[in-house]
Amino acid sequence: MNAIEAYNITQRYGRVTAVDDVSFSVGEGELFGFIGPDGAGKTTLFRIAATLIIPSGGRITLFGLNVVSNFRELRSQIGYMPGRFSLYHDLTVEENLNFYATIFGTTIKENYHLIEPIYKQIEPFKKRQAGRLSGGMKQKLALSCALIHKPRILILDEPTTGVDAVSRTEFWEILAGLKNEGITIIVSTPYMDEALRCDRIALIQEGKLLGIDTPARIRNSYSRKLYAVSHPDRYRLLLALRSLPQVVSPEPFGDSVHVVLRDDADPAEVKRALEGAGLSGAIIAETVPGIEDVFLELMQKEV
Amino acid sequence: MEREKVIEVRDLVKRFGSFTANDRLTFDVYRGEIFGFLGANGAGKTTAMRILCGLSRPTSGKVTVAGIDSHRPEEIKKRIGYMSQRFSLYEDLTVNENIELYGGIYGMTMKEIRPRREELLRRLSFTGYGNTLILALPLGLRQKLAFAVALFHEPEIVFLDEPTSGVDPVTRRQFWEMIYETASRGITVFVTTHYMDEAEYCDRITIMSEGRIVALDTPSALRQQYGTASVEELFVKIARPQRINA
Repeated sequence: MNAIEAYNITQRYGRVTAVDDVSFSVGEGELFGFIGPDGAGKTTLFRIAATLIIPSGGRITLFGLNVVSNFRELRSQIGYMPGRFSLYHDLTVEENLNFYATIFGTTIKENYHLIEPIYKQIEPFKKRQAGRLSGGMKQKLALSCALIHKPRILILDEPTTGVDAVSRTEFWEILAGLKNEGITIIVSTPYMDEALRCDRIALIQEGKLLGIDTPARIRNSYSRKLYAVSHPDRYRLLLALRSLPQVVSPEPFGDSVHVVLRDDADPAEVKRALEGAGLSGAIIAETVPGIEDVFLELMQKEV
Repeated sequence: MEREKVIEVRDLVKRFGSFTANDRLTFDVYRGEIFGFLGANGAGKTTAMRILCGLSRPTSGKVTVAGIDSHRPEEIKKRIGYMSQRFSLYEDLTVNENIELYGGIYGMTMKEIRPRREELLRRLSFTGYGNTLILALPLGLRQKLAFAVALFHEPEIVFLDEPTSGVDPVTRRQFWEMIYETASRGITVFVTTHYMDEAEYCDRITIMSEGRIVALDTPSALRQQYGTASVEELFVKIARPQRINA
């Protein structure tokens, strides 16, 4: 039995369709990521999965139980971490955790082993009010509270947004550990590079899924040969590439510009053309597409 | 060729009680440079940026922004632009009203504002959107407009605090192109981001950790120096705080 089965989920708010006919399934014990920008529909979809809102259309089950008709049974099996910090600011770290344990009829002691790797990092501050914690520590407390009743599935809505790259790396290491405990995890993020840490990912944009697969297969799905072009004057390089007839959709990527060549034009020809435009020393080499290259390609197909 | 410095920071210290948020920061930023300001949460970036923007004063040290000493913050504010992810434009005002408000704050008259506003809307392909509420604009458009508005009074330096947080990859690229274009006109761009790939777009980056600067150079030089393949790897390697920082 799959942890999640979602069929044709649609959510409308007035004239806005936040989630548009989305279907997917998540296996038990899987770490599944939803990757997409703000406004893509990730939060709405997660609220539906967490039994918090009833979808306008479609059907979703968690462990075979319908999220609408069986929400009571399901709630004790779900650990939900909303995008915005939603713990009690004026309770201490320990009081928050105790509160969540109590409402689920358990104790901190009973499931301490599950939260230990996370909670011990903030335990020195257990007497501090939650509102006075730093961003990374709030995130760890929120995850501890979502875990304290030993849920079968964790639903984490953008847990790493606005968090620095060091804390993000730590957080993903924690998730890998929870996955090893057999907990199913669905997680959303706007950071495309984090996709590589998931078993499978769904790319989502404007309420629609652009693709679902393993990160490796998503990257391999890029349909064209991709080149990285670099030159110290990146802005002039970008403008020059855009004016070349051999080049399709140049996209700046860090210290290089990713380009696709029209009709398999010769990269040496592009190099010569750039030299002609005063950009001598430009380097052009074939490169491996990343998740973001694929996302861009899929977005352009949608338009 | 001696490059012109637009920001000069010497031994900047900022203390809050017994806590040292900025510990002897020293760096220069040049005209037309894209300068990335990175660091873990709580490393002291915001504190330093507030001082550079004239919103806070150093405990000690010397800070000059656009030729103005940090003890004359009101003069600094006139010469800089600022945009953040958290707040950029008033949602319940129209595009035109936001521009007028912003221009007015910088002491421009309606006579000065109007032609420049039309030019800005044309450049952003926003013609016809003048009377649209910000609320009705998609996030990507809002961010681009917010950036243009932060440049409306023609500042020498623009500070961007996580400008691309949460925007889609296409908009993110369009935004960076606006940054390039701005820098090519000689305006200095001082930017913070949590997207480590964006750090690679910067001419130089600085990485702060626990109130200090732990790295400052071009992205490629830093990658070489630390033997890492990306700024992301570099960041994880050197920005991890040593003490537990509340």
